[in-house]
Amino acid sequence: MTGMVVRLFLSYGRPFVRYLLSIGVTIAGLLLITFVIGRLVPVDPVLAVVGDQASPETYAAAHQEMGLDRPMAVQLMLYFKRICRGDLGVSTLTQRPVTEDIAVFFPATLELATLATILGVILGIPAGVIAAARRGRFLDHAIRVFSLLGYSVPTFWLGMIGLLVLYAKLGWIGGPGRIDIIYEGVIPSVTNLLLIDTLIAKDIPAFLSACSHIALPSIILGYFSMAYITRMTRSLMIEQLNQDYVITARAKGVGESSVVWRHALRNAMVPLVTVIALSYGSLLEGSVLTETVFAWPGLGLYLTNALLSADMNAVLGTTIVIGCIFVGLNLLSDIIYSRFDPRTK
Amino acid sequence: MIPRVWFVIITILIIFSSPLAGGAATPSNVVVMGKSLDDLITLDPAEAFEFSGTEIIGNLYDRLFLANPKNPAQPIGGLVESWSISKDGLQYEFLLKTGPKFHDGSRVLSDDVVFSLKRAIVLNKTPSFIVSQLGLSIENMDVRLQTLDPRKFVLILGKAYSPSLVLNILSSTVTSVVNREAVLEKATQGDWGYKWLRSHSAGSGPFRVNRWNVGEYVILDKNDQHPKATGIPNRIIIRDIREPATQRLMLSRKDIDIARNLLPDQIEALSNEPGIVTRSAPQARIFYIGLNQAIPALAVPGVQQAIRYGIDYTGIVENLLPGQAEVHQNFLPSGFLGSLTESPFAFDLPRARNLLVEAGYGDGLSISVDVRSDPLALQIAQALQTSFSKIGITMELRPGDGKQILTRYRARRHEMYIGYWGADYLDPHSNAAAFVYNWDNSNKSANKTLAWRNGWETRGLNERVDSALLIGDPFVRAEAYGKLQRIVRSDSPFIFIFQEKALVAMQDYIENFKLGLTSDQVRYENIKK
Repeated sequence: MTGMVVRLFLSYGRPFVRYLLSIGVTIAGLLLITFVIGRLVPVDPVLAVVGDQASPETYAAAHQEMGLDRPMAVQLMLYFKRICRGDLGVSTLTQRPVTEDIAVFFPATLELATLATILGVILGIPAGVIAAARRGRFLDHAIRVFSLLGYSVPTFWLGMIGLLVLYAKLGWIGGPGRIDIIYEGVIPSVTNLLLIDTLIAKDIPAFLSACSHIALPSIILGYFSMAYITRMTRSLMIEQLNQDYVITARAKGVGESSVVWRHALRNAMVPLVTVIALSYGSLLEGSVLTETVFAWPGLGLYLTNALLSADMNAVLGTTIVIGCIFVGLNLLSDIIYSRFDPRTK
Repeated sequence: MIPRVWFVIITILIIFSSPLAGGAATPSNVVVMGKSLDDLITLDPAEAFEFSGTEIIGNLYDRLFLANPKNPAQPIGGLVESWSISKDGLQYEFLLKTGPKFHDGSRVLSDDVVFSLKRAIVLNKTPSFIVSQLGLSIENMDVRLQTLDPRKFVLILGKAYSPSLVLNILSSTVTSVVNREAVLEKATQGDWGYKWLRSHSAGSGPFRVNRWNVGEYVILDKNDQHPKATGIPNRIIIRDIREPATQRLMLSRKDIDIARNLLPDQIEALSNEPGIVTRSAPQARIFYIGLNQAIPALAVPGVQQAIRYGIDYTGIVENLLPGQAEVHQNFLPSGFLGSLTESPFAFDLPRARNLLVEAGYGDGLSISVDVRSDPLALQIAQALQTSFSKIGITMELRPGDGKQILTRYRARRHEMYIGYWGADYLDPHSNAAAFVYNWDNSNKSANKTLAWRNGWETRGLNERVDSALLIGDPFVRAEAYGKLQRIVRSDSPFIFIFQEKALVAMQDYIENFKLGLTSDQVRYENIKK
């Protein structure tokens, strides 16, 4: 019995513990670096709280209240202790706990990033596969140019043009914001994901309004995500299509469609999972420019405001959350990886 | 496989791009405003000091007095019906009106007024210094602020300050009157209701806070207890739209009634669009240049004068900032008691060049310039860079985020600073204290006025600022500030360039929306839709 437990530990437990340790070290490193950067930036965080015109007494009181009068090492220790308790501190900008702020802002980004990634995957993978299969032909060039545009055109500009045409001129979609003004504050917040909350409330007009508002920003971010996924899929597929097993399959008379979509794509999916996870992670960071153009109250906007206001608790807290998201997505991609490639189990 | 994938794609695109948007017009009797609320951090009058916060609070709370744009020396009674001043000028007795009621229907009493003023002092947030200037402190406030009866209270000053200063201070946002009972009910751990009042309201103004979703909107509902309740909009929705171009599109689609942060070129384009009207109004913000006196060249009066004549004031206003600024060369904005409209300095390159040569800098001068990286300040800085290069001054621009620039400026690590200054309240002392006061020019000084930041020794002028505070006669007082401004504009490290104007565009069915000189003068209750 004991021997079996040891064997199980050696085969599954040890890698798991090692993995947990590496996550711990990554997050600790992230904490340290963000803390040091936060203290080195040439910005006085007290000014963010008291403003430029505060009296010297008010300034001194805020300086002490924020713990900035203590030695750096003590500040770092206290910071680590707080984080271990799950306390990210209070935002000097909103005067609310940073965890509460993230709970409010993150769902807006999550909703947008998830839709964008779904669009990116649905469009990007087939486009990449087709481009690889038709390498050097017109369709390949067309897809490459299309994806290059998505990669190089600023999302800010694309957002403005999209709003101008689809919203201002044609009136096909809802404008900036997450929902029409008449529904603002009407839908009870359950998940803070408006598409879900409107469905929970069984308010179909509100759901359609939320759909019309999220359509354009998600298509634009989806285009950006698609461009990246298409390029990566194409290059991974070209590599696979040159492998011996593909030649063997063709020689055996397997249909071209089956060779490309069943055999080559399945193998290309292994590294592609990581590509998709990273793309999703970068969208979850919040796309600042898109969120600004569409007045989308997401994490990117929150982080940018925090940075510009020297709200270090919010900056550090959000950075940690984003870091954890990346670590989590990496973990998820590793699990999916093993599904596609049994050798990595 | 491929057709199935494309079927899914096309279906999604059709769903998303179908005309789901519905009607765009805003509901009647609800005014929707698009505004950047990036500076909104609190709705507590004892703490708010930013433009958006003070504007909204001005519509949630009543104050003892209201600023009087026609005669800034004589604010109009707000909650106060009448008042008297003792012969020695130290004691003010106020009688409150009987009509005003808080949102919960209770009357505004003198207990509420005294509580609100004490609250501002005890909480000691940024704007508390405005009240402290009257000589009030935690130690003496129980003696100097007393309720006489439900309608009467007395205020005892530390010095016999000018009545116009006292009444103007009592018209500032920080003196807004909160409902004592309601606030104390929400108070936790002796915080005087601070945590609750940051996002709620307990006032007697025409509106009350319905909801504030950070980063999305603030919804204000009509205060049914307000004397003018029948004529004011049911609801004001202020949507947090940071991008001016987005505001413009929403205005064109009638998704918002009023756009508050449009740029001059957008305003110009909209002025020809049917159904849209545009307005501009002067603001109490002055653009100026600050020269650090620790840099030897910048302390030379000839160099300062050369800079004054090296600025193309009208050219910049007309070409870069149409409708957004007006030439102003004095530290008091137009509309303030004692403000001057004289602009003695005109763009004169040969004269500027000669002044620089006479000052001993004929070979030229190189200066680094700290400037906020906002479009307005950067445009001005670049225009100055071009004209200064023609007289031999090379400017190295160091644009940065506002807080970063401010940190350097407050630490006196700048050479030249280009930025703006907004008055804290509608009395000339506000700007006089900022630009002229400097009692201790040492690096350890606790005083961080603009004069100190630029290392300007203001001996002789400090006393003038102090004595102007005590002048009772508004005409004599205005004259004193006039003299002070003439000295400062021609012999100081400050070069005043423009006074800012706010731009607004709105639907033509919106009436009576007016911008004030300061943000707390923007009134929503007069808006007709």
